[in-house]
Amino acid sequence: METITSSKGISRRELLKRCMVVGAGLAVGTGFVAGSTATWAMETKYVAPKEMAALIQMARDIYPHNHVADQYYAAAVKGFDSEESKARIADGVAALDAAAQGRGYADYLSVPWELERVEILRGMEQSSFFQTMRGNLVTGLYNNKEVWPLFGYEGESYSKGGYINRGFDDITWV
Amino acid sequence: MSAKFDLNDDGVVVVIGSGAGGGTLSNELAQKGINVVCLEAGGRHLPQDYQNDEWGSFGQISWLDARTTSGDWRVAKDFSGLPAWIVKAVGGSTVHWAGASLRFQEHEFKTQTVYGNVHGANLLDWPIGLSELEPYYAKAEAKMGVTRTNGIPGLPGNNNYKVFEAGAKKLGYKKVHTGNMAINSQPRDGRPGCQQVGFCFQGCKFGAKWSSAYTEIPKGEATGHLEVRPNAHVLKIEHDKSGKVTGVLYADSDGNKHLQKARIVAVAGNSIESPRLLLNSASSMFPDGLANSSGQVGRNYMRHMTASVYGVFDKPVRMWRGTTMAGIVQDESRHDPSRGFVGGFEFETLSLGLPFMAAFLNPGGWGREFTTALDSYENMAGMWLVGEDMPQETNRITLNHDVKDQYGLPAPNVHFDDHPNDIAMRNYAWKKGAEIYDAVGATRTFPTPPYPSTHNLGTNRMSAKARDGVVNKWGQTHDIPNLFVSDGSQFTTGASENPTLTIVSLAIRQADYIAREMAARTI
Repeated sequence: METITSSKGISRRELLKRCMVVGAGLAVGTGFVAGSTATWAMETKYVAPKEMAALIQMARDIYPHNHVADQYYAAAVKGFDSEESKARIADGVAALDAAAQGRGYADYLSVPWELERVEILRGMEQSSFFQTMRGNLVTGLYNNKEVWPLFGYEGESYSKGGYINRGFDDITWV
Repeated sequence: MSAKFDLNDDGVVVVIGSGAGGGTLSNELAQKGINVVCLEAGGRHLPQDYQNDEWGSFGQISWLDARTTSGDWRVAKDFSGLPAWIVKAVGGSTVHWAGASLRFQEHEFKTQTVYGNVHGANLLDWPIGLSELEPYYAKAEAKMGVTRTNGIPGLPGNNNYKVFEAGAKKLGYKKVHTGNMAINSQPRDGRPGCQQVGFCFQGCKFGAKWSSAYTEIPKGEATGHLEVRPNAHVLKIEHDKSGKVTGVLYADSDGNKHLQKARIVAVAGNSIESPRLLLNSASSMFPDGLANSSGQVGRNYMRHMTASVYGVFDKPVRMWRGTTMAGIVQDESRHDPSRGFVGGFEFETLSLGLPFMAAFLNPGGWGREFTTALDSYENMAGMWLVGEDMPQETNRITLNHDVKDQYGLPAPNVHFDDHPNDIAMRNYAWKKGAEIYDAVGATRTFPTPPYPSTHNLGTNRMSAKARDGVVNKWGQTHDIPNLFVSDGSQFTTGASENPTLTIVSLAIRQADYIAREMAARTI
């Protein structure tokens, strides 16, 4: 996936100066969202950076994997940064923020516990916004070849001659 | 060389579909010197085109035309536009099948007699028995190179099988082995042995698995009596005033329509498209569709009682390595009503890659309950549960006039409600499957719901009496002597075994019959 722009072009210090931290591990600046330690950054063209940050958090809350870094969740929702999606995303994030405000928080990204964010999501589980997000994540997250090794999955094997000589029957514990 | 026949050649047999039924029938007829035009809706994809990539392959070869669903089955909720996961390509679903090649059991041809009256089930005995099919099973096994037949050794068991076998044996199961598979365990018939690639469902790139795409079809073409036309989507079967079929109307890849004349038409489009074509071919003479005087066209849709169990262990399994369906436990395939249901089921190993596991483990699931399962993907073993489901008249393919396909024809609606017997069998099978993994130390098991149907059966059922079904014991329609059905939609009942071997056997047998009747000029 080429959706993530490496921050190597500018220094981390420079990037961090241009953005503000909005939630656990996420920061936004003008026209981009980034990891709060500036190891990755992603430009947005249509969706406001803070809305994109909320989507990334929502993606992690739907399919939380402690060993999968934010940049992969960012890559999974990057496709929503489009002219046709931007109104739907703005409405959806507004609904997330309203639910968070009903619990006394400034916005969704400010809700500190996953459990509480998940309660917010359960409350909107039947909405088309949630279902569209979840449905897209199934491929957006798990069909990313860069994510596969994080789960041990090895992907294609034909070019390596299959597993006939590479451990198709290598377990010894049974 | 491949033959080329004129559209106006009314001496040819037109076979619609090129999978296990249509591909086999086309080749068998061509070998006898009978001229065949095989019309295939999909394109010609061969091993070099197949992709070791689940979603990539899905987009490449799946039948994705408009379809709708209804009924209480979970597929209608989770995959409302995808009732079946089958292939649109030369070779049909033999491109993505797993290769399990099992003979039906004697009693499975006589379910009405053996199971008795099962409320709500439209059980019927087949008009043929095992002994009548045995010679053809033997021919099919030889043709397909089925392991553990004809002196062909079994495949080696992979990691997924090792876990499965150890658990099954601890539970006391006896009929545990690496299956009767139409996958070469050693080079045979110009194709190599299995290289344990692990993408059987995406098309075997080594060609070790039997598929009509690269066995039956090229062999038939080599006779000079078979022309396969890919991207030829049949829209309608035409007939004359006497009620005999005369040809088929099809659209080519550019959407241009052609009428291919025929002496005989054989329909082999799988159990959703075959009845749909008969229904879409309604005329003033046959207002309810062709061959439908019984009203049974499209009814008794069966999809097998299916489900899966995945087990998580404290050590790696890496189930995706090697043959997808790497072994079987057959002890539960017997008929034993003391278990609380009629008919039986098989346990067969199965694996999904991470992308499909995310989509199918618990469709719609999310949150940590779901993701902690995938966190253990590397330590997961998997099995499929496949058993006999009850035919029900109300489970059926109908025309949905509100939804049209790309040619403007009504899309098929697939209605399915689980029968209480299906539910009882599934619950029992889930429990036993989990026990297999628990016996070897599973830390967590998942009773996984049915995937979109891969075994689609029964919608043009075979019957002794014309009023009970659509085709006779040769697959010839009761109503129209030169119209045949040559796929799994002929099945009177579904049995507990994977259907392909029986479809191939019936096609070989049907070819003998058609050749005999053509020679006698009765059709």
